[in-house]
Amino acid sequence: MTATASNLESESLPDPTGHPDELDRAKIAGKSPTKLAMERFRKDKLSMVSFIIVVLYLVGGILAPFLVSFGFLDPRGYNQDLLNKFTLPEGSFGGMSWSHPLGVEPGTGRDVMSRVWLGTTLSLTIALIASLLAMAIGTVLGIIAGFTGGMTDSVIGRLIDLTLSFPSTLMLLALSAPMYEVLTKNVHVPEGDVAWATYVVVFLAIFGWPPIARLIRGQVLSIREREFVHAATLFGASRRRMYFKEILPNLWAPLLVSFTLLLPAYISAEAALSYLGVSIKPPTPTLGNVLRDSLNYAEFDFVYFFSPAFVIALIVVCFNLLGDGLRDALDPKSGR
Amino acid sequence: MLAYVIRRVVVGIVMLLAMSLVTFVLFFASPADPAQYACGKNCSPVQREQARKALGYDKPTLEQWTSFMKGLAVGRQFPADEELRKAAPDNVVDCDAPCFGYSTYSIKTVNEMVSEALPVTFSIALAAVILWIFFGVLIGVLAAITKGSFLDRGIVGTSLFLYAFPSFFIGTFLLTYISIKWDVYPLPVYTSIADGGIGAWASNLLLPAVTLAMLYMAGYVRMTRAFVLESQAEDYVRTAKAKGLATRKVLVKHALRAALTPLVTMAGLDFASVLGGAIITESIFNFNGLGKLAVSASTNYDLPVLIGIVLIAGAFVITANIIVDILYAFIDPRVRVG
Repeated sequence: MTATASNLESESLPDPTGHPDELDRAKIAGKSPTKLAMERFRKDKLSMVSFIIVVLYLVGGILAPFLVSFGFLDPRGYNQDLLNKFTLPEGSFGGMSWSHPLGVEPGTGRDVMSRVWLGTTLSLTIALIASLLAMAIGTVLGIIAGFTGGMTDSVIGRLIDLTLSFPSTLMLLALSAPMYEVLTKNVHVPEGDVAWATYVVVFLAIFGWPPIARLIRGQVLSIREREFVHAATLFGASRRRMYFKEILPNLWAPLLVSFTLLLPAYISAEAALSYLGVSIKPPTPTLGNVLRDSLNYAEFDFVYFFSPAFVIALIVVCFNLLGDGLRDALDPKSGR
Repeated sequence: MLAYVIRRVVVGIVMLLAMSLVTFVLFFASPADPAQYACGKNCSPVQREQARKALGYDKPTLEQWTSFMKGLAVGRQFPADEELRKAAPDNVVDCDAPCFGYSTYSIKTVNEMVSEALPVTFSIALAAVILWIFFGVLIGVLAAITKGSFLDRGIVGTSLFLYAFPSFFIGTFLLTYISIKWDVYPLPVYTSIADGGIGAWASNLLLPAVTLAMLYMAGYVRMTRAFVLESQAEDYVRTAKAKGLATRKVLVKHALRAALTPLVTMAGLDFASVLGGAIITESIFNFNGLGKLAVSASTNYDLPVLIGIVLIAGAFVITANIIVDILYAFIDPRVRVG
């Protein structure tokens, strides 16, 4: 019978706590660092609650397009009959009813819940792809800078400084007109929603990768001094193998944490850009443009004004808490 | 030390040059025709070509960049084309150094437009930075000394939630509910110190500054809390407690003082890059600052103004970074080596 390494270790190590019974010892033996982290995470109630809410959002986000095509959600249908002569919704709380749980939109009578729900899908998709792209650029450049060092490192370092010195919101706003033309005319992205979404995703990532690259570079600087990296060098591992097979697997913890913190930042950024008119345009809803539309009715229809903002705030808070919880669980030394 | 300062400043200048070059390439490599926008919607091809020449858009990007740089150093004249200047000497505009360009759309030099807008943005940013440091540190310390209690959780949770709401929601809420519907606070209209005195200036800035400060305050609450908690475990704090110093004195004189340096540094850097937040705040409250100027310039694709604002904003960030680095080198000699 072969004994696994961890079993051997646990048997040979003297137990610092004294004389635990056999059962306890078996428990200790079977725990990988990942398992320990998951256990710590599960004990953290706040993180678990945020995790559940995040999962609900994701499931809801995936379901929304199907619900629309089956007719359960109707983000575009006009219900003029539900509006009074001032084109405000009839009834209290923005026209709340069983068929329109968040009321209807003033002026058009579109169902607010459908718009917010489908808007969540699109906002999450944009934020998700943008953060994955930013993470990819940041990780690759961070690994290369940290591992290669020397000239390459300082070139990437300067590139990071340069990117960070651009006012990103202003750049996204100012470049929207010319880059929309580039995307539709030169790259042949379909005009309209797709082109706007592509623009926002690509340019959020272009201005968003530097912090990730800095973080990863720092991590790689310590990883590259570890024995397994020296061993791989001795075996003549190729550069690509070094980067992606030896170093990358050791980075998943910081990557996961920064992903859960970058995503909510991009949800907020998409909303802010929508306010400035640089994102998917109505009638296709995103959380940002639904909220922007609702600003005109802020005084008269609080439910309509508040609901998209609350949906944004809740997901941003939950992702942030989830990120904090993951950081605490994965790195117990960093106390909050 | 002097060598470090010189090196840092040189790197900063190179960075600024690189940044301006990238900006030019980004804006001029695109198929969007800036002359078309500068000339307006109902513009004949002849007029368009004239506008192109007047602004120097007919030249290659690199040449435009060098003449822009020359304008910064010694000033330049518009129209950029010499023949056009000779043809209509009355319409020549002198743009003194440092010249950031000329907007045919607004018939003003970019310098004039920026110098009108800058005080507004500066005022909002200043008021906001005071608010977010003062309340951020105060609330952060409060959370730290009641660590783990209901109050602590409430404070951290509330500040996170306020940060999570989009700032244009908070701004619109303050404007429509506090100022208009409930009439609790007068509608903010920017008043310069020269016009209305310091009282009117400050009171009109309150709501925009609160909106802007919300973006940053949560971060400062968390950081202050973490720094104070961290320093509670330090030996010098333990010693101060052991020699019988009052808890409040230990907190203010020892624990907080150590935390203040990184906080002020952060605030300096955030202050320099405040333009992103100012864009939204100024649009909501209709303050004619740099942010609002940037929005209208990008709506009209007023290229000289856009490039001017991007470069000025970048210069602020780069300068702030240099200052922070040099200050750190003064405080901590180990930095100079690296």
